[in-house]
Amino acid sequence: MMMFYWVALFIVSISFAGLLFRLVKGPTVADRVVALDAIGVTLVSIVALLSLIIETEFFLEVILLMSILSFIGTAAFAKFLERGEIFNRDPR
Amino acid sequence: MRNSWREGRFSIEILVDILIILLISTGVLFSAVTALGLIRLPDVYTRTHAASKSSTLGVLSILLGTFVHFWFNEGIFNTQMVIAIAFLFITQPVAGHLIGRAAYMTGIKVAEETVRDDMGPAIEKRKNNQQEELENE
Repeated sequence: MMMFYWVALFIVSISFAGLLFRLVKGPTVADRVVALDAIGVTLVSIVALLSLIIETEFFLEVILLMSILSFIGTAAFAKFLERGEIFNRDPR
Repeated sequence: MRNSWREGRFSIEILVDILIILLISTGVLFSAVTALGLIRLPDVYTRTHAASKSSTLGVLSILLGTFVHFWFNEGIFNTQMVIAIAFLFITQPVAGHLIGRAAYMTGIKVAEETVRDDMGPAIEKRKNNQQEELENE
């Protein structure tokens, strides 16, 4: 069973490297943001597999926090790309 | 022989292990498909499609496998995992939609293979409606 977890972690790490390739190469900014979003999600699954391998439940709190941070970062980037600012002070 | 099957613990552990292996294999497969899609697909919109759908299902399966492992094998019912699974299931497609919309608004071209673009006429229609409202006022 532990061998299976290691193989799963290996494959997920390889896909993480593929996402890093898109993050570095991506021709536009939106490509990089898409890659960054996918990297956050893949990092969550890497943490889950690590907590299975090390056999501790303390990593599970990291999962919720990282998913929330990933979504907030992506939403902020999308708003910045669309309007050029993140915090809008003018009431509309 | 019969004593080892007493209380049914032996078979249940094997069943839970099979369930965990199925879930985590699905998740790993979809993570690999995500990376493949992000590398091979031609433009931002198709990459958003790959990154939002398949990565959602992949991380969902891996988290469910972890949750089942900690519930049945260790006896820990972690409610934060449940919240994280629901949160990811809701917000990941929304994030993909936001990025795709922002990319279209900043004027990134669609790929040459695209046969249909519904967003351009919709934006022009909205602009025309706003202008008519201004003229009426």
